Order: sequence, then C-alpha cells, then structure tokens
Amino acid sequence: MSDKRPVVTQAMRVKEAAANKSAYNPADVSPQRRVRSHYTVRLWSVRHSRFLEWLYARFASIFLLLHPFWKAVGYERAERPVKFVERHVKGFLFDCRMCGQCILSSTGMSCPMNCPKQLRNGPCGGVRANGNCEVEPDMPCVWVQAWTGSRQMIADDAIFDVQKPVDQSLRETSAWLRATAEAAAQKEHGRKEAA
Amino acid sequence: MTPGDVNPAGVDLPLEPLPGHSSRGRLERVLRRGEFAVTAELNPPDSANAQDVFERAAVFEGWVDGINAVDASGANCHMSSVGICALLTRMGIATIMQISCRDRNRIAIQGDVLGAAAMGVSNILCLTGDGVQAGDQPGAKPVFDLDCMSLMETVRIMRDNGKFLSGRKLTTPPEVFLGAAINPFAPPFDFRPHRLAKKIAAGAQFVQSQYCYDVPMFRDYMQRVRDLGLAEQCFILCGVGPLASARTARWMRANVPGVHIPDSVVERLEGAQDQKKEGKRLCIDIINEVKEIGGVSGIHVMAYRQEEFVAEIVAESGVLKGRQPWRREFRPDDVLVAEKLDHILHDEEAQSPVDMVKQAAH
Repeated sequence: MSDKRPVVTQAMRVKEAAANKSAYNPADVSPQRRVRSHYTVRLWSVRHSRFLEWLYARFASIFLLLHPFWKAVGYERAERPVKFVERHVKGFLFDCRMCGQCILSSTGMSCPMNCPKQLRNGPCGGVRANGNCEVEPDMPCVWVQAWTGSRQMIADDAIFDVQKPVDQSLRETSAWLRATAEAAAQKEHGRKEAA
Repeated sequence: MTPGDVNPAGVDLPLEPLPGHSSRGRLERVLRRGEFAVTAELNPPDSANAQDVFERAAVFEGWVDGINAVDASGANCHMSSVGICALLTRMGIATIMQISCRDRNRIAIQGDVLGAAAMGVSNILCLTGDGVQAGDQPGAKPVFDLDCMSLMETVRIMRDNGKFLSGRKLTTPPEVFLGAAINPFAPPFDFRPHRLAKKIAAGAQFVQSQYCYDVPMFRDYMQRVRDLGLAEQCFILCGVGPLASARTARWMRANVPGVHIPDSVVERLEGAQDQKKEGKRLCIDIINEVKEIGGVSGIHVMAYRQEEFVAEIVAESGVLKGRQPWRREFRPDDVLVAEKLDHILHDEEAQSPVDMVKQAAH
C-alpha cells in the first residue's frame, strides 16, 4: 500500500496540453470546420438562392423524367455514380455533408449540417452580434445565412416548417435519387387515384 | 396564498391535473391562472453529496415557483439534471428539468424523460445546449442527435400520443409541462419571433429567455411576438439576473455566447460606489420594466453565484404581490416511502431466510 504512484487525471492532461503547445496547433476548433472549403462558394450559393432554387426545380423534373431510366438501370446500380457526382457538386456549392436528406430548399440554400450543432430548425441562441458562429468565431452562422437566403426564394415560408430529426441511417446516401424515387411514387399514386 | 393548489381529498395527496392542464405541477397552475410566475436557476454542485443540492435549493424556498436544474450548462461538467431533480422532487420541491441535446442521443433522452416524469418532475425545458468547445472538456464528442425543436416534438409525442419516437406504445405517458428557451438578443433578429412560433408548433407551452439587459430590444421583440399572436399561445418568462460588477459584465459579454449587455449598463455599474449593490438594483429595475410589457407572464432569475440575492430581488421588486409561490409538493410514491420508513423503524419481523420460508409454509 505504501508505494503510491502519482495520480494523473484527465484534468491534469488537459491542463498540460494547454500549457505546452507544440509547434503545430490547429487553427480551427472543431472537426466540422477542418474539412470545410472556403466560405466563398457557400456564401455565393446563399446570395444566389433564388437562381439555385429555379435550377434545382428544373433539375429535379429532369431527374424525375429519367425515372424509367433509373428503374431500368436499377436504383442500386445508379447509386454509386450519382452519389459521386452529388457529393462533389453539392460539396463544392454548399459544403455538403451527405446527410442523405437534403433540406436546402427550406434553409435558403445554406446547408444546416455545417452548423457545429447540426441544427435543422433555426439558429441557436449563441449567434454573435456580428452574425458569426459561437463555436467557430470566424464562420458566418449558417442560420443567419439561411434566413437571408430564404428571403429571396419563392418558397420563402418553407423555413417555418418544423423539421424531423436527422435519420442517421441515411448518411452517405444519395438524396437526389431518394427524392426522385419518392416523387415518382407519389406521381404514380396520384395517377392511380385519378383512374 | 393559493388555496386551490392542494388536493381537495387531503393535503398529503399529490395534485390531480386540472382539465386542460398537461401536468400536475404548480408552475402550470400559476401560469394558467394568470399569476406572475418566478423561476430560478440552481447552480449545480461539483460533488456527490446530496446535502449540497439541498442547501443550494434552500435559499429559493418560498420565493420561486420552480427551480431549473441545468444540464451541464456551458458544456461544463456538473451534477446531472436528472440527479438534481431526483433529489429535489424527493423533498417535494418543484423542478424544471433541462435537457440538452449535446450529450445524449434520442434513446437516452426518451428514457430520461420517462424516468424524470416517474420521479415527479412536471416541467421539462428542451435545449440544444452549448457546443462542447465552450466547456472544460473540449475533446468530448458532441452528440446533437436531436435539436431543441425535434426534442420538444419528441417529448410532446410521448405525452400526447403516448408513444416513443419509434411508434412503440407507452403504458403511462409522462405528464409534463413543456418549455423552451428563447434569445431575442442575437441575430437574425427578424427570424427570432418566427423561431418562437416554430417552437410553439413543436410543443412549447412556456419559454424562458436569455438574460435581458436591453429592455428596449426586448420590448421590440415582444411587440413582434404579440403581432404574430404568439403571446396567447405560450407563457413567456423573461430572464433576468444581477451582475456582480462591471468587470463581470465585460467578461460575460465577451465570453458567454448569446449574452447581450449594452454599454449603458456597464457604465452604470462602473459609476456606482458599491457595484454589487448596484447590480442588484439594476436587476430590480429591469424586472419592474419588463413586468409591464404585454405578454410577459413571469421572470426567470439567473443569479449565478449570487443565489442568496434571489429572495431579496423577488421581495424588493414585489412581483409576487404577496402570493406565496410553493409549498412542498407530494408525490404518489410518498406513501410507499413512509411505509418503508415505518417498517424499518417499528417492525421487528423475522428477517432470516429460514424463518421467512417457515412463515411462508404456514
């Protein structure tokens, strides 16, 4: 019992790490921030939210027209290439995180998954007076952006809808194909009801 | 005095929910009667001693309608809100349990809601929570599985539909009065009232605001809230608190996310002889101003590390108008606890297993 080993607690480690900074100290606080591209493109997308809304609507109807093609190829087989394109296009434009359940049209073309708290229903109470994030002091709050973006859009009241929690099992899947398949099913259903 | 707030069948029985009420708690009764409510925030101890919690709650006794049990606010680790509520409800103290989405996923949270309701918690406040980077353990994994809005909807579904988020049925749904937080003092200002509307749509029945030091800004916000017709759909409690000194005010402004303190407040504190006293005076002045604003149903006093001032602030501002906020509440399982105590103290039963088998055989 007499040979006491010095106790090292987690708090001591944290303190030590804060005191002895090495030559390499990452400038960014959170992992979300580290994988970001510059905010320039993301902010451009918000500024042009109305144009992107129009573009998206055209694009969605083209995808829907291609439904027979997707079905012929097989949605499962189409998934990989579509996902590849989707990831890079949306990644470039919105810093997309591939949550697989895109709600850009209700958030003014500002991706809410870039919020360090991944809020999908509006800004938290910690937004700085200059409109930046509380966690990432030099990132513009995605929800302040979402509000300005949504004001320019035609469907400007979509931001008032309460969003369901994120289904984590849909991560890394294609939102485009899912939306297309759902729209096709709805169209089919409507046609059946009319008949 | 509020004689209506005891069970007519006997003072030792728990309250029955009134028609149209969603909880058995007194906070909901006070608000629905149109009385000015007062809530306070308990500074959670960094200890495993129940006595610490009781001592910290004792300073509020007889002055507030409910005590907020915070859930690791500022992402700093303290005793959990479930733990604090377990201790306080045991003593019959009305609690408002805060749940933040930072540390637990939907499975854990729904379980905690059931546990809390079973313990006698009748008010739940749904929060998103500060980012882990703000706290003392920035290496922790941020969960944020739900956000405050979907959390509120989840609890509302559990209460009103008697179901988990998955659709599985509950045998006894939790009877809780649902709350949320608002911050009228952070951008985007135009969106803030709409966000309150969203929270109400998700199930908020009362809201507590962030510290209010800028009354004109709050008045503006309330005007827009009234214009949207939201003040009738939900009870709004304005957050207030004394500032210890001008230095604290500056520090809070720089370091606590979402707190807005105008320069005039800092100057007023700086010019004072006794800054602490002036901070208290300022808090009372703000209370007197906000209580006159239409749609404000109460105040939420957050006197961090100055909890002993809450009684003075409430007394001197006269918001209670002679009303006595709560007496201790009774829980359905109090009878069981009394029986157990009685059994331990008075019954001298055969405790050995052999004797018990013999007894059972007869």
